[in-house]
Amino acid sequence: MGDHRVIIVGAGPAGVRAAQAVVRAGLRPIVIDEAARAGGQIYRRPPENFQRDHEALYGTEAARARAIHEDFAALLPHIDYRPETLVWNVAEGHVWAAHEGETQAIPYDALIVCSGASDRVAPIKGWQAAGCYSLGGAQIALKAQGCAIGHRVIFLGSGPLLYLAAAQYVKAGAEVAAVLDTSPFWLRVKAAPKLAAMPGLLWQGMKLLGDLKRAGVPVLTGVTPVEIEGDTQSGVSGVTVRHKGAVKHFAGDAVAMGWHVKPEAQIADLARATFAFDPATRQWLPQTDADGRAGNALYLGGDGARVLGARSAEVTGELAAMAALADLGLTVDADRRRWLLAEKANYATFAKGLAQAFPWPHELVAAIPDEAIVCRCEAVTAANLRASVNTAHAQEANRAKAFSRVGMGRCQGRYCGHASAEIIAAARSVSLEKTGRLRGQAPIKPIPVSLKRNDL
Amino acid sequence: MSARFRRLVETDRPQVSLTVDGVSVTALAGDTLMVAMLTNGDALRSSEFSDLEPTDGRRAGFCLMGACQDCWVWTAQGERLRACSTPVQGGMEISTHQPEATWATIA
Repeated sequence: MGDHRVIIVGAGPAGVRAAQAVVRAGLRPIVIDEAARAGGQIYRRPPENFQRDHEALYGTEAARARAIHEDFAALLPHIDYRPETLVWNVAEGHVWAAHEGETQAIPYDALIVCSGASDRVAPIKGWQAAGCYSLGGAQIALKAQGCAIGHRVIFLGSGPLLYLAAAQYVKAGAEVAAVLDTSPFWLRVKAAPKLAAMPGLLWQGMKLLGDLKRAGVPVLTGVTPVEIEGDTQSGVSGVTVRHKGAVKHFAGDAVAMGWHVKPEAQIADLARATFAFDPATRQWLPQTDADGRAGNALYLGGDGARVLGARSAEVTGELAAMAALADLGLTVDADRRRWLLAEKANYATFAKGLAQAFPWPHELVAAIPDEAIVCRCEAVTAANLRASVNTAHAQEANRAKAFSRVGMGRCQGRYCGHASAEIIAAARSVSLEKTGRLRGQAPIKPIPVSLKRNDL
Repeated sequence: MSARFRRLVETDRPQVSLTVDGVSVTALAGDTLMVAMLTNGDALRSSEFSDLEPTDGRRAGFCLMGACQDCWVWTAQGERLRACSTPVQGGMEISTHQPEATWATIA
C-alpha cells in the first residue's frame, strides 16, 4: 500500500484494466462506479438471480466479458470499491461522489476517468413518443433484463451496434420489423481497407447482416428518416423513411435509434481537460497524449476519451493508469507500454473505418423540420432553436442554449447538444466548429437538494 | 393499458407485488422498476411540458443507462427514483406523478 491517492471513475473494461494496473503497482485505488455491478454498459451484468451464462449474454465477446468480470472480482480485496456511486463534480483536486443520499469530497493525486459512452442520437420528428429508445437502451433491455422494448421493433440509425442489437433481438425471439440504416452501402465498401484492421470484427459484421436477412428482416441502407409516427397517449406506431426515391412505412410499437456512441466527457470537462474539435466525427473531444494524459493529474481511458470500442478500452484504460503511475514516480513496464500503444493504433484505424462507413447524418439533422422536437426533455422544437439564432442572434451553442433551453433539460444536453450544434451551424451558415462547445456543468446528473455531506 | 415491454427470457423468477398509482401489479424479482412498470403498462410518467405544442405526452424512458433522466417516478413518500436503475422491491408504492407536497426535492 502506498500513500498515493488514485481515484478511478468507471468499472467498465477501461476502468477494470486501469484498476488492475494500479493494484499491480502496489497501490489501493478508489474505484467509483455508478452501476451496481462492474462491467460497464458493454459487459453489463444482469441482476444476480438471472440465469443466462456469458455465452448467451455476450456472444462472440463472452470470453472478454468473463475475463473483465472475473479479474474485477479478484481485485476486490485490493481496492476501495464504491458501486452505485455518482461522481457529480470535480473541483479543486477533489472528486464529489454521491451515494444513498450522502455526498463526499474525495481528494486525489491522480484521477483516472473511464466514464464510457452514451448513444449519439439524431432528433427525428416524433422521437419523443413513448416507445422510442436509444439503441444502447434497447440492447440493455435484452441483456440486463431479458426484455424487448416492444412487440414489433424498428431499428433506425447507423453503425455496427444497429445490426448487432437487431440480430440479438431476432435471436432472442423478438419481432424485428426492419433495420433502417441512414448510411448508404457503398460507404461500407469504401471503408473496407480500414475496417480490415480488425478482420475478425469485420467478419462478425458481415455475419450479422446474413443472420438478419435469413430471418427475413428487411434491411434498408441509405434511408432518409421522415417521421416516427405516434400518439401522445399510446406512443410509437411506426416509422416512415424515404428510400431510393420512394416513401416507405414500417409499422411497429417501438423504435431503437442510434448512430454510434459518443464520450461521456462531462467529468473530464469539469476536471479541466482541454477540448478540440474532431472533424472526422464532428464533435469536441477531450485532448490527451498517446497514453491518456489530459493534464491537471487527469488521465482518460476507454470510450470516455475517444470512442474506439470495448476491446480498445481495455488497452487505453491500462495505458492511462500506467501514465498516472509513471507521473507519480513509479516504475512502469516500457515493453508493455509499447505493445499497448501499437494495439491502440490498430483500433484507431478500425474506428476511422467505422466513422467513414457509418457516418453521423449531419445534413439530415441540420435539415429537420421546424416542428420537430430537438430537446426531448423540455419539448423544444427546431423552430425555437432556430429563432434563438435568427431572431435573438445567438452566435454559439451556449448562448443558443440560454435562449432556447436546448441543452438545459434534465439530460443536460447529452441527447440534443450535438444535434443542436448542427442546427445552429446551418442556421448561421458557419462551420460546426464555429458554434462552439456546450460547457459541462456540475452536477453532471441531477442530484437531490437533500444530499448530505458525510465528510465534514 | 397494454404492456410496452415484452419478456423474452429469464421469466423463471419469483413474483413480487407493487402498486402503481394505487393499482396492484405483479413483477419479477430482479426487474428494474422500469421493467416492472412497462411489462404492466405503456408509460412511466407524463411530460411536464405536455401543454406545449406540439404536445409530447406520456413518457416511457429512453436510454436505460441512467443518462437521460426520462424515467423518473416517485414513491408515495415523494422520493424521486430513476426507474431504469432502481431494482423493484415487493411492496413498493409508486406514483407516476410527482406528489405535489415534495416539490422541494426537485434537483
